[in-house]
Amino acid sequence: MKGQRIKEKALEGIFALCASLSIFTTIGVIAVLLFESIAFFREIPISRFLTETQWTPLFAEKHFGIIVLASATFLTTAIAMAVALPFGLMAAVYMSEYASERARRILKPSIEVLAGIPTVVYGYFALLFVTPLLKKLIPSISGFNALSAGIVMGIMIIPTVASLSEDALYAVPRSLREGAYALGASTRQVVTGIVIPAASSGILASFILGVSRALGETMIVAIAAGQTPRLTLNPLVPVETMTAYIVQVSLGDVPTGSLEFRTIFAVGLTLFLMNLAFNLLSYHLARRQRRYRL
Amino acid sequence: MKGKWLDETFRAFAFFSTLIGILVLCLLLADVLKDGLPRLSWKFITSFPSRRAEEAGILPALVGSAMLLVLTALFAFPVGVAAGIYLEEYAPDNPFTRFIELNIANLAGVPSIIYGLLGLEIFVRAMRGITGGRSILSGALTMALLVLPVIIVSAREAIRAVPKSIREAGYALGATKWQVVRDQVLPVAMPGILTGTILALSRAIGETAPLITIGALTYIAFLPPLSLKALHSPFTVLPIQIFNWVSRPQEAFHANAAAAIIVLLLLLLSMNAAAIYLRNRFQQRLE
Repeated sequence: MKGQRIKEKALEGIFALCASLSIFTTIGVIAVLLFESIAFFREIPISRFLTETQWTPLFAEKHFGIIVLASATFLTTAIAMAVALPFGLMAAVYMSEYASERARRILKPSIEVLAGIPTVVYGYFALLFVTPLLKKLIPSISGFNALSAGIVMGIMIIPTVASLSEDALYAVPRSLREGAYALGASTRQVVTGIVIPAASSGILASFILGVSRALGETMIVAIAAGQTPRLTLNPLVPVETMTAYIVQVSLGDVPTGSLEFRTIFAVGLTLFLMNLAFNLLSYHLARRQRRYRL
Repeated sequence: MKGKWLDETFRAFAFFSTLIGILVLCLLLADVLKDGLPRLSWKFITSFPSRRAEEAGILPALVGSAMLLVLTALFAFPVGVAAGIYLEEYAPDNPFTRFIELNIANLAGVPSIIYGLLGLEIFVRAMRGITGGRSILSGALTMALLVLPVIIVSAREAIRAVPKSIREAGYALGATKWQVVRDQVLPVAMPGILTGTILALSRAIGETAPLITIGALTYIAFLPPLSLKALHSPFTVLPIQIFNWVSRPQEAFHANAAAAIIVLLLLLLSMNAAAIYLRNRFQQRLE
């Protein structure tokens, strides 16, 4: 019987170890990013990183203005959210307020399919289908541009926004709707006047989660937005996002341990912190939504 | 009657919004099929990449993807299930457990390219002696960390869905906790766990960015040896091959990319079909 008890305890220990691997992963990510970034900032003061307006670490005359890459990330993210928010929210409204239970059961998984397509496939679509299409409308647009990458990224993020927003809308108590209907309101008036305001925290949470997806998205922007670091908010010219820069350096033959190599960790740390901030905000808002429901 | 008109427009826009994703999906598929189908042949699947687009094929990428899939599953599945068992069956409700849960939720939101940086430092550089540097083993370990949160979450859901009565019957017969988990809970939960694992792995199959970061090659003209040395061999995978072909200016390579995308999507489709089949069986068993 004693052997049995030892075996039980040992197994529990192994299971607990597997569960705590997630903590080690988090520590690993933070340690790796900090370790290499500190080595980077020892050579390049953080003030230069934050204030320079050029990004040329791979050239002879080096500049390290993260704002150049961050502005491109901001630009593609903003375009993506301009697509994902209206369509994602309205899709959620349709599923929660208009569709029958049967239609909802078919529509929801078919929207989710979009989230399962590999991003490299979206990149192909953006570069070789959407960009040529945009060229017919805007002849001055470059072969690589933030607009096409942003639009396609937005389509990819629709399921994220739609699914979480739908949960929030669906959770609004029936009685609130019935009250408005009893006063003769139409479904549109109920949605815009009652349901969306009541679910606003949850909708905002879905939106912010979408933003954090867009910030970290790599292949679509690396393929379709270009690899030309440029400080601009013009969506028609090639730019380089933070993630695209990491890809560019990884594909080249920069020696490990060099200053150029360390830039990708400094960029990675910036991305990680921005992403973490948005994730925590989304988590906080979603919790507030749950409280509201009670 | 202006309100009526507004109501109808609103409803139509909402309906259009649910369909736009599906419309784009159809456009995407049509575009890929149009460009890629003429290129798709048995020779394309069994050839090595080449500087001449018409002779190039995806064999090393396909073999690399398959090996990566198997190795990732070998690492991530046991660890993920063990973590799921711990959190559902053993873990006390204390701050440490909640910290683990918060961690898992947070890791699921970390951009995949950050996992690539982690793999580059830990597996490629620090553990070079074991992993062989920029090898398929390093790739699989990185991917395992990436999909682990998803596997843990789905394992927990499947374990939680097992009715309490089944466990209590086991305890009533004098079984220990592990015996109940092994003989009662896991057999019932397994199809659900497998479904989640397959879906997580299908995400790994489509990932590109972390593998580029850890230094997977874009041009491989050989297959890994049929021995354990294969673990240390340099590798490429389908998404990276696609990326490489898309990035070239010549249109002939774009057709190759489209053909490779068709193969990748077929692979994903069959994995998802397997997952749906398992899920249906799981639901039947619970009823």
